[in-house]
Parts: sequence; structure tokens; C-alpha cells
Amino acid sequence: MLRDSARDFLNESAPIPHLRSLRDEDNQDRFSRELYAGMSEMGWPAILVPEEYGGLDYGYCGLGIILEECGRTLTPSPLLGTALVGVTALRKAGSEQQKTELLPKAASGELLFALACDETSRHQPDHVETSCIAEHNGFRLNGRKVAVHDGHIADQLIVSAITDHGISLFLVPPKAQGVKIERYPVLDIAAAANISFIDVELPANSLLGEIDAGEAVLTEVLDAARVGISAELLGLAQEAFERTVEYIKERKQFGVPVGSFQGLQHRAASLFADIELCKSLVIRSLQSLDGISPGNAELYSATTARLCKTAHLAANEAIQMHGGIGMTDEFDIGFFLKRCQILESLYGDHHYHVDRYARLRNY
Amino acid sequence: MSDPNPFRLEVRNWLEDNCPEAMRHPYRSEADLCWGGRGFEFQSEDQKLWLERMGAKGWTAPTWPIEYGGGGLNREQEKILKQEMTRIGARPPLYSFGIHMIGPALLKFGSEAQKQQHIPPIIRGEIWWAQGYSEPNAGSDLAGLQARAEDKGDHYLLNGSKVWTSYGDRGDWMFCLVRTDPDAPKHQGISLVLFDMTTPGVSTRPIKLISGKSPFTETIFENVRVEKEQLVGEINQGWTVAKYLLTHEREMIGATGLTRTVGGPISQQAVEAIGLKNGILAEPALRSEIARLEIDSEALALTLERVRDEAKAGASLGAASSMLKYYGTELNMRRQELLMAIGGSAALDWEGGDNQDGQAARSWLRSRGNSIEGGTSEIMLNIVAKRILGLPG
Repeated sequence: MLRDSARDFLNESAPIPHLRSLRDEDNQDRFSRELYAGMSEMGWPAILVPEEYGGLDYGYCGLGIILEECGRTLTPSPLLGTALVGVTALRKAGSEQQKTELLPKAASGELLFALACDETSRHQPDHVETSCIAEHNGFRLNGRKVAVHDGHIADQLIVSAITDHGISLFLVPPKAQGVKIERYPVLDIAAAANISFIDVELPANSLLGEIDAGEAVLTEVLDAARVGISAELLGLAQEAFERTVEYIKERKQFGVPVGSFQGLQHRAASLFADIELCKSLVIRSLQSLDGISPGNAELYSATTARLCKTAHLAANEAIQMHGGIGMTDEFDIGFFLKRCQILESLYGDHHYHVDRYARLRNY
Repeated sequence: MSDPNPFRLEVRNWLEDNCPEAMRHPYRSEADLCWGGRGFEFQSEDQKLWLERMGAKGWTAPTWPIEYGGGGLNREQEKILKQEMTRIGARPPLYSFGIHMIGPALLKFGSEAQKQQHIPPIIRGEIWWAQGYSEPNAGSDLAGLQARAEDKGDHYLLNGSKVWTSYGDRGDWMFCLVRTDPDAPKHQGISLVLFDMTTPGVSTRPIKLISGKSPFTETIFENVRVEKEQLVGEINQGWTVAKYLLTHEREMIGATGLTRTVGGPISQQAVEAIGLKNGILAEPALRSEIARLEIDSEALALTLERVRDEAKAGASLGAASSMLKYYGTELNMRRQELLMAIGGSAALDWEGGDNQDGQAARSWLRSRGNSIEGGTSEIMLNIVAKRILGLPG
């Protein structure tokens, strides 16, 4: 039911031409605030928020379905950065005051989060040079984060920084003195930001979680984010694949549908098997985040590694099997490859997670 | 591990009382498999006891109907039984083409008399069933088979031959695809019949494989008498039965992709053989391939579980079995290739006690057939393309 209503809403309000128009009109946010208001009316940003903070407490399985459907329509929105990443961070580490102040606003769609954790162009969250020094009544933040997803639209930044004995997380308003946001376009369909912090003074209550204990929280938040990305990639892969299968049934060359050729049939069938495997991983990972199935970081990295690889293959095969028209900007199928590459680069791609998986298994 | 489910507790207690200690270890090699059958030489008294107890309980075929001696469990209970067996490392009591191939086909298409005659001995592991499908000129084009069963009034007279009969020399009974109408279009003149392999006129010849072993035979029929009541389903409608049976065979083969490697997880074997450098496996390229394999194995295990959950207990998985067969066998072959790479020159050993008579090399060479037997990978992909994706031609 959730899936059906999500699919109806997205097909109605934000099919792929919606993405195209955001680009062609050079919308600086690269998402529609009106659309996000509609999503908020549907309760989507509230899914992970506990009921006492104005949310639905509907779990990761529920949000996963929404993200999967957004992957099908390539609908840009702050759901990943806010509804999943921001809310997860607050739920896991937020003080009572922080939760009371921020979660209701996130649930209603008024407040957007962005996680600023990377300082290198390849995802490397344990590489932190940004520092935060305790001062009389708070902290002083210095450093630079790159490729911050939703960094150009956020109302609250979640920033990782080195403190005396470890890594800590901080809530930083982008309007604070010394915060410099440099927005830049990502491929042609999205935007992100590099963010500098120069002597930013933060009050004591901007610390998110315990001092020096941010790394464990960050890992948990990132793992949830990775599963969310995997759900979105699953939708993307399925949609690209289904569009392609329909296309090769119709497209005729040599007087017959090209889908009658074994060279294409076998690749399509093999990709089908890959996608079925991906589906199982995503479902199990979401259930594990909700605590209804066993699972751990190994499972999340396995899922992300597999989804990055399969979605990328699905997007590439989609273009190849569409032939020349797949290379044109006028035709929609190319958008799948672009979105796929963006999602892969966010919190670890296939290679990153294959390596992490092996590390977690001690080899 | 507290679990309120009373069925789980019942299973746990029963296994505790009935699974012999020696059967609580995974297989070391193919020689450890218990096939049952008339002339089966049990490796140990424990192996025999384990089969007898599980057979009497009907848990060799957990979801089959109680009236024929099956376990009568639903899908959820079957999962619990498997989980509890895995928990104590209990090995399957029986490895049987009766359970995984002809049994399900008989339950669906067989006559009442056939079910009563054949199903209980299958469950108890008393009859070793052999498969008569492929022929020298009917491999991927199975429906081109020519073994001929002529109607002789009160019986059929069978002539012809089969190839790739798994352990044909040890089979007690055979389920066999035969041509009963040579004039009909090829799919419409086929029937499935059953006969005792000690019937006069049945003979077998071993086929030696590249592994040096002979797990398959050629099986020759010269004027073999087949009783009419051993025709399964309608005359000339055998192709339908044959395809149904194949979905079960392919599901079974697909699950071999999850085979626990002898000697622990493959990554652990790699660490033991190659060692760590700076905390990671000393050969990074090999390490990536091993990690991908382990990830894909996890994904296949979850997919098998999911696909079975989506089907009814004991029901055929249909065309999805082709996907599982394809993926499971490709995965098993990748695993075997990697084990050879990890073993290096030691994996080339062929004889002698140190390496169990070349088990690594022989398993690897044997696995090369996984993507051929039971329907080639190419045929599996054809089935997925046409039946699931609806591609034309």
C-alpha cells in the first residue's frame, strides 16, 4: 500500500520530466520545494521520526520502499540527507533538547540536514583534519569538507571533526559566522557543496552525542545511509532494466525485434538474476536496521557493494541496448547512469565496500 | 537463544535426542554423503541410525504429506527444522534424487497406487533413484530424445540408451523419459515411466570424467519390459512432467552454490595459505575476488530463502529455478577456481593421503560440469529470457 501510494504520487508529481525541467530551468536547489512539501504531506520525512517528536516511527523498511520508488523516477529530494541521514543521527546521538528542537521540524519538512563527513574526493570518513577545539563556553571549528550531499540547501550541517581524543560530531548552522558554502553542479542533474569552516564559534550544545565518541555514531549513520542508497539504486536498476526490456521487445532491426537475439537475451537474463540478488540484500538490510532480522556492518557493505555494481551495470546495459538513441540527451535513459554514479560516489562505491567487507571479516 | 516457539523447542529436543554425535559435523568429502538405497554401504552405524530416525519421522522430506510418511510441515516449520539442524551442524541424513526429483513429480502427477508404492521408500531412503533424461543426441535439445517404448498390450517394451545417468551403476529404480509416439511432434510423443533397474535388458557403462572419477554412466536398454501401471501421468504428456521435475532438480543444483567449503570459509583458507600483510590478505587482487564471492554467496542464500518463502511449501519455483540454477552453479565454479588459485601448486596434487587423493583438483574439475548438467547456463538464460522477461523468438 505504501509502495502503491508512493508510486502513484511520484508518477503523478515527479516523473523523469520533472528532473529534466529542474535542470533546464537551472533550478539552483536542484529539487522542488513544492514537491517536498507534497512529500511532507504524505508523511515521508516523518517516517523515521519517533512519535513523541511528531513522527510516524514507521521504520527503515518503510523509508526504504519510498527511496526505492524515488530511484525509479530519479526524483531529486532531500529525503536521503534529511529523512534518513539527519534523523538517524539525531535519533542515535541527539540530546533531548536537540531532538525536541529539530526532529519535529525535520518531520514536517521545514528543516533540511546535510552530513559533512568527507574531506577527500573518494569517500574516506576516517580521514578527518577538520578540528574543533573546546573553548570557554563552547567550541571553535576549523577545516574544510568536500562534496557535501545537500550541502547547498541544508539548514543544519552535521560535521565530523577531530577533538582531543577522537572524532566528534557537531550541529553547525550554515549561516554561522565563518561558514563558507561553495555550491557546484554535479554532472548536470544535481548539486553539492564544498564547505569551509574558518574560526566558527559554536555553543556547547552544538555537540551531537558524546565528545570524542563520534566515530561509532558516524559509522552507524553512514551504514543506514548506505542501505538507503542501496534501496534507491535498487529502484533505479529495476526501472532502467524494465524500460530496456520493453524497448528491445519493440525495437526492430533486420525485420525482427532486437530482443529476439540471443546476444541480448542472455545479458538481460543475467542482469535479471543480479537484480533479484540485490533485492534480497536490500530487504534483509532494511529489516536488520529495524531490528527484525539479524545483520551487521558486513551485511550493509555487502549490500552496498552489490547494489553499486549491479545498478551501474543495469544503467550501462540500458544505454547499450537502446543503441544510439540511448546516447541522446533528448531520451531519458541516460539520466539513470548519471544518478547512479552520483549515488555510488556518496558513501563508498563498489570497490570501497568490497574492501571494507573483507576488512570486517579480518582478511 | 531463548525462543518461545514451541515447535522450535520440540525440534531442538528431538534432534538433541536423536542426532548421533558423529553426524553433527559437515561433510568432509563426497564419500560422506548418504544416498541410501538397497545396496548402500553405510559408512558407519551412526550414519545408518541417523537416516532411519529422520526417515521414520518423515523429516527427510519435511513438507511432504503425512499420509505417505512425510513430515507434513509447513514452510515456516521447515525453515525452523533447517535452522535447528544448522545450529548443531547436523548433516542432511539423505542425499537423494527421490526426494529432489521424482518424489515431487509423483506427488503432483502420480496415481494413488504409485504414490503409495514409491513415496514411503523414498522418504526412508530405501530406494536409490536414477534419472534417465539425456541421450547421446538429446542434450540441450532434450525433447529430441529417441529411447523408444512400444505398446505391447499389457506392457511397454523399451529400447535405446541414456547418458549422464548420475551413479547409474548404483541405482535401484529409474525414472525415464521415453518416446511413446514417434509420429507426433517431438514434445507431444514423450512419456515418463518408472522401472526397476534389475529388470532384464538394463545395463550400464561408466563414463570417466576429466576428474578421473566416474559419477555418471551410460545406460542401455535392450527389450526392457516396463509395466503399464508405472507410466506417470497421461501417455504422451511426459514433457509436462519432465519440465516440472526439472524445476525441482534446478532448485537443488542451485543450492549447491551455497555449499560450505570443506575446511571453513574460503577467506579463512586463504588467510591460512597466503597470510596477512599490513592486516589484509597478502594478495590484494585475490582478496577482492574472494570478497566478491562471499558477498554473492550471501546474496544467493538470501535469494533462495526469499524465493522459497514466496512460493508455497513444497511447491515448484517454476522458471525462477532456472535463475537459481544458473547463478548457483556459476558461483560454485567461481569458488572452486578460487580454491585452486589459493592452493597454488599444492592444489595440483592428484594422489596420496596428504591431500585426500587430490580432492581439491578433482572437486574443481568436477565442478566444471555444473554449468552443463541439469540444463546448461545458456539454456537457463533462455528460459529466464522467454518465461520471465517475455522476450520474443
